[in-house]
Amino acid sequence: MTTTPISKLHETFLKGEFAVTGECGPPRGADMNVITKKGELLRGCVDAVNVTDNQTAIVRMSSIAASKHLLDMGLEPVMQMVCRDRNRIAIQSDILGAYSLGIRNILCLSGDHQSFGSQPDALNVFDIDSMNLIRTVRDMRDTGKDMSGFELKEAPKMFIGAAANPFADPFEYRVLRLGKKIDAGVDFIQTQCIFNMERFKEWVRLAKEEGLTERVYIMGGVTPIKTLGMATYMKNKVAGMDVPDTIIKRLSGVPKEKQGEEGMKICLETIEELKSMKGVHGVHIMAIEAEEKVKEIVEGSGLRN
Amino acid sequence: MIVGQQKPIEEIKKMVKPYKKLLILGCGTCVKTCFAGGEDETAALASALRMTFKIDGQSVEISQQTVERQCENEFIQEAAKKIGDNEAVLSMACGAGVQAIARRFPKSPVYPALNTTFLGVQESQGVFTEECLGCGNCGLGVFGAICPVTRCSKKLLNGPCGGSQKGKCEVNPETECAWQLIIDRLTALGQLNNLRTYIPPKNWKTSHSGGPRKLVREDHIL
Repeated sequence: MTTTPISKLHETFLKGEFAVTGECGPPRGADMNVITKKGELLRGCVDAVNVTDNQTAIVRMSSIAASKHLLDMGLEPVMQMVCRDRNRIAIQSDILGAYSLGIRNILCLSGDHQSFGSQPDALNVFDIDSMNLIRTVRDMRDTGKDMSGFELKEAPKMFIGAAANPFADPFEYRVLRLGKKIDAGVDFIQTQCIFNMERFKEWVRLAKEEGLTERVYIMGGVTPIKTLGMATYMKNKVAGMDVPDTIIKRLSGVPKEKQGEEGMKICLETIEELKSMKGVHGVHIMAIEAEEKVKEIVEGSGLRN
Repeated sequence: MIVGQQKPIEEIKKMVKPYKKLLILGCGTCVKTCFAGGEDETAALASALRMTFKIDGQSVEISQQTVERQCENEFIQEAAKKIGDNEAVLSMACGAGVQAIARRFPKSPVYPALNTTFLGVQESQGVFTEECLGCGNCGLGVFGAICPVTRCSKKLLNGPCGGSQKGKCEVNPETECAWQLIIDRLTALGQLNNLRTYIPPKNWKTSHSGGPRKLVREDHIL
């Protein structure tokens, strides 16, 4: 890992600080005010803001454009990029364009399958997978060449992130896959939302055993649960989510109007554990369409004053 | 085999409506095996069409024939007389067969009675699954003979996505996660370390992405 900071987020890690990232979903429309409003709610709360790339395969303002709007407000974006909608030509072109706009962080993802979205009739691409997307960004940065071996005039130097889901199956392979992503060139990892702390700890333990936590910055994902309904929906309907019965029990043990409070408590307890966990370097807060909660979370957890 | 499925009768009717003399041409290889276009299905479709046209008060003379394979001239030839005797052909072959008939008989309108679905196997009686995309660059050797290009919904080459749960694919709970299958099989074979190997971007030039393909076997050209 390079010690010259590539981005502000990178600098935070280099200083040994516990990093905090949030999320900003671009609008289903061309109104940039949606971005600036969400950005204002996150200002001062986070080190960087993930900008999702047509998440759940629903057409939204592009992550590059939305990232640029955040940059213009003085916020640091983490531009998400999925392999679902672009072939390798478009991917490399978009990376060059994003860098030219001042974007310095990229999160490399496979992407939600289009069958979940609003246009399931679409053709998907998946020319390269997320592993090869990571490698492409790394090679462009470190060798200055594109995938064809062409020497780029001014290579894009991005701080490279990827996702990891310790809660998906097969569990044993999850650490091996993390290792592969690190070999491919990933600098930081954001995990799926943590509700099953035991399983997360076991994943970190195995990663540590393989020496992986020394080679990558890991950010644990958290989401404040708003209602019991939201928890059961995530448990039963969202692939790759692991919401244990203990969480469901806690939420059903309080009256409906107190469930949001209880969800917030769970979120803060999770962050507390993450802060002291060796091998974990930050937290990624996914308060989807509840950006105003982020301030409460970072203040409540003592991450920001 | 190439797996196919008969189109809805209404769609077929609409295509062949203008004709008074129609030949339904079956194919006796792949689509016969998947119960879509062999002799039996040809006869059944002929009866169904006769009946529905009769109900509509439309007089159509329908004849039927099945050849061994509609993708080979040697077998297509057997149908030449009947094709000549009819105004149009309703082919029950895969898309390749339909086009082979059209190429051989430039004056006969040819219509597809099937949707060609995929290259697959009969997993159990009456259940067919897709196994091969015909990408022209087979990598099954690395993946324990289970193809992620075909059987992973995202064509992932370097391991399962975050949506693999209890062995199922997030896209459809009826679909097995190809990566779970690959990992299980390589574990059983003691070859799980295969999966530590980085798989580079796939070369799609040999697939349909490189344009329609042609294979020339000099050693077999007469």
